[in-house]
Amino acid sequence: MPNMSPNKVAIPEQDPNVRNKNFEEVALGYTEEMAVEEAQRCLGCKHKPCVAGCPVNVRIPEFIKQVAEGNFEDAYQIVKSTNALPAVCGRVCPQETQCEELCVRGKKGDPVGVGRLERFVADYHMKHVQDKVTPPGQNGHKVAVVGAGPAGLSCAGDLAMRGYKVTIFEAFHTSGGVLVYGIPEFRLPKAIVGKEVGALREMGVDIETNMVIGKTLTVDELFEAGYEAVFIGSGAGLPTFMNIEGETLIGVYSANEYLTRINLMRAYDETFDTPLRMHKRVAVVGGGNVAMDAARSAKRLGAEEVYIVYRRSMTELPARQEEVHHAVEEGILFKLLHNPVRILGDENKTVRGIECVEMELGEPDASGRRRPIVKEGSNFEIEVDAVIMAIGTSPNPLIRRTTEGLEANRWGCIVADEKTMATTREGVFAGGDAVTGAATVILAMGAGKTAAASIDKYIREKAEK
Amino acid sequence: MYEIAAKRALNDSVTLMDIYAPLVAKKALPGQFIIFRIDEKGERIPLTIADQDSEKGTVTIIFQHVGASTRMLATMEPGQFIYDFVGPLGVASHLEGVKRACVVGGGVGCAIAYPQAKALHAMGARVDIIAGFRSKDIVILEEEMAAVCENLYVTTDDGTYGEKGFVTDKLKNLIDAGNDYDLVIAIGPVPMMKFLCKVTEPYGIKTVVSLNPIMIDGTGMCGGCRVSVGGEMKFACVDGPDFDGHKVDFDELMARNAMYRTQEQNHECRLVGGAGNA
Repeated sequence: MPNMSPNKVAIPEQDPNVRNKNFEEVALGYTEEMAVEEAQRCLGCKHKPCVAGCPVNVRIPEFIKQVAEGNFEDAYQIVKSTNALPAVCGRVCPQETQCEELCVRGKKGDPVGVGRLERFVADYHMKHVQDKVTPPGQNGHKVAVVGAGPAGLSCAGDLAMRGYKVTIFEAFHTSGGVLVYGIPEFRLPKAIVGKEVGALREMGVDIETNMVIGKTLTVDELFEAGYEAVFIGSGAGLPTFMNIEGETLIGVYSANEYLTRINLMRAYDETFDTPLRMHKRVAVVGGGNVAMDAARSAKRLGAEEVYIVYRRSMTELPARQEEVHHAVEEGILFKLLHNPVRILGDENKTVRGIECVEMELGEPDASGRRRPIVKEGSNFEIEVDAVIMAIGTSPNPLIRRTTEGLEANRWGCIVADEKTMATTREGVFAGGDAVTGAATVILAMGAGKTAAASIDKYIREKAEK
Repeated sequence: MYEIAAKRALNDSVTLMDIYAPLVAKKALPGQFIIFRIDEKGERIPLTIADQDSEKGTVTIIFQHVGASTRMLATMEPGQFIYDFVGPLGVASHLEGVKRACVVGGGVGCAIAYPQAKALHAMGARVDIIAGFRSKDIVILEEEMAAVCENLYVTTDDGTYGEKGFVTDKLKNLIDAGNDYDLVIAIGPVPMMKFLCKVTEPYGIKTVVSLNPIMIDGTGMCGGCRVSVGGEMKFACVDGPDFDGHKVDFDELMARNAMYRTQEQNHECRLVGGAGNA
C-alpha cells in the first residue's frame, strides 16, 4: 500500500542563518528511512508519465521501487544505466518542470521527490560501493569531444561504453565546465563532480586540459590527428552586459567572473592566490539560477545586503523555485519590477550605487512572458558597492570562427539537427548550451547522449562503406 | 604539467623562461599571450609571448616579479614543472604591409615589444626601436633588440645609460626629424602608452598598444578584461590584446588594473609564508 501522504518527506537542510555564512552544501540529503518513506509515495504508474519528462529517460518508477524495497544499489544501477551523472542531476535538475511536473501524485499535493531520491541513491552508491570499472573493449575508432562540461562528459561516457577511444579537450585547467566554474559548492560539491570525472577516466576516457579548441588546436587539426568525429560541447560562456553607463567601473562583474573566482579559483579561501574584493552591499541583476547563485555567494562572503534586481515579477522569475526559496530564507532582498539604467561611480571609478527604474507588466511578448514597461520618471538609486550582471550568456565564437563549414545562427549558437545533433560540417556534432544557448545541465547531458548515438551510427556507416 | 626548459635573469626583478609547450609553440604569433598557473592553488596569470621555438617546442615568457605568482615562478628552476600553460590566446598583431615602424618598449614591456619588432623586421619593414628604462641596472634585451632593427635608441629616466629622458620625447624628436613612420607600436606601463598615444595623435600616425588587463580565463568567459575602445566595450582577451591606442580609455584601464592592489599587498605570498611547492 503506497504512502498516501500529500507531502514530500522533508529534506534536512542547514539552518538558513548558519548556511548563509558557509559554502557547505545547503541540503543534507535523505537518510535511508526517509528515502524509503518517500519512495513509498510512488504509485508505480504503468504509463510512467515521469519518464517522458526526463531528458535522459531515467527509468524512474523502476528505480524508486527498488528504493522502496531498500535495494539502494540496484536502484542506483537503474539510474546510472541512462544517466551518466546522477549525483549531479539529483542536485541541480529542475525536476519541478520535468519528471516531477508530470507525476500523478502532484495533482493532489506534492509530486514524488524524484530528484531527492536520485540524489540519495547516487550518494548511497558513492559512500558504500567501490566502483570497479572495467573499461569496455575498444572498437578501434577515435572520437574527440570539445569541452568537459555536462554535454561533453555525457557524450564521452556513452561513446566510451560503446568502445570508442575518446579524448576530451577542455579549455580550463579543470574538468566539469559549468559544474565547476558556475554552480557553487553549496549547491553542488566539487568533490562530486571530481568523482564523476574520475569514473570516466577509469573507463578509458582521456581528458586533455588547457586545450582551447580554435586556438591551441583547430577542429581540422583534430581530424588530421585521426579523430573520426568531433563533438562540440563548448557551452555558452560569453557573458552579456546591459550596455548601460558604468559597466566598466570597479565592482561591476559578470556573474561568470564573480562565480569563477569563487568556485573554480577558490578566491574566498585565503590559501588560494586568486584575489577577491569583499563587498558590503551587492546588487545582482537578473532572475535566473545564476543570479541566485551569485547573490547567495555574495551573502556568504559577508555582504550585509544583497539585492536581486529583476525587471519582471516573482511569477516570471526564471530561477528554480527551490533556489528562490533558499535565497529568500538566506536573507536575499528581491527588488522585483526594477531595471537598472546606469551604474554610479565615485572619483576612484568604483561603484557607489545603481540607478533603477520601476517597471510594470504589459502584454505577453514573444517569450510568452508579460513584457516589462518602464514607469517614466520612477528613477531612484540603491546604494551598493558591487553590481553583478547575471542576465545571460551566449556561446563562445572561438570554434565557429575557426571551423569552416560550421554554421551558427544569429545568436552565435551552432546549428545542429535536433534529432541527431549533426552540424552543417560532416563529422562534427554539437550539443548543449553551444547549440541551445544557456539552458540546463540535464538538457546538455541529453544532447550529449543523443550525439553519442549519432556519432556511433555515423562512424559505423562510414566504416561499412 | 609543463616543464621549465630554461631560465635566465634579465635583471634583478625580470626573469626570462622557456616553457616546454609544443602545441603552443607551434601556433604562437607575435601579439598573442598565454595563461599560466603554477600549482593547484595558483592564480591564472596572463603573459604576452616573448618568443617561441617550434623545433624545441618551447615558448619564451618574460616576467617582472610583481605579484605572488610571478615571485614564486621566479624561484623555480629548469627541470621543475608548472601545472598549467595555455595558449596561444588573443588575436595576433596585424603587421602586414607596414613599411616603416617605430616600436617603443617601456621597461619589461620591451619583452613584448621585441617579438613585434622581430616580426616586422623579418617581414622586411624598416624598424626603429625606442627602449625606455628607469635606470641602467634594469636594461633588458639590448642585444636582441639591436639585432632586429635599424636603430635602437635606449633611454633612461636618470641618464645612467643611453640617452637621458623619456620615450615620449625621443619619439617626438624622431618624428620631427623626418622619420616617416606608418606604424608606432607602444608596449609598456599604461601611463607610458597613454602619453605615447598623445604624442602620435597630432601627426595622425597609427599607434597600436598591447594591453594586459586583469583576466581569469583568457577566452572571453569572465569579461574581467573589458576595456573601453572608442566608446565600445571590448574584451582584451578575445578582441585584443592589441588595440588602436588613440581610442583606448587609458584612465579607466589604470583604475581597473589597480582593482586588487590592496588584496595583493595583504596576500601572504605562499613563498614567504613557507608553503612549499614541489
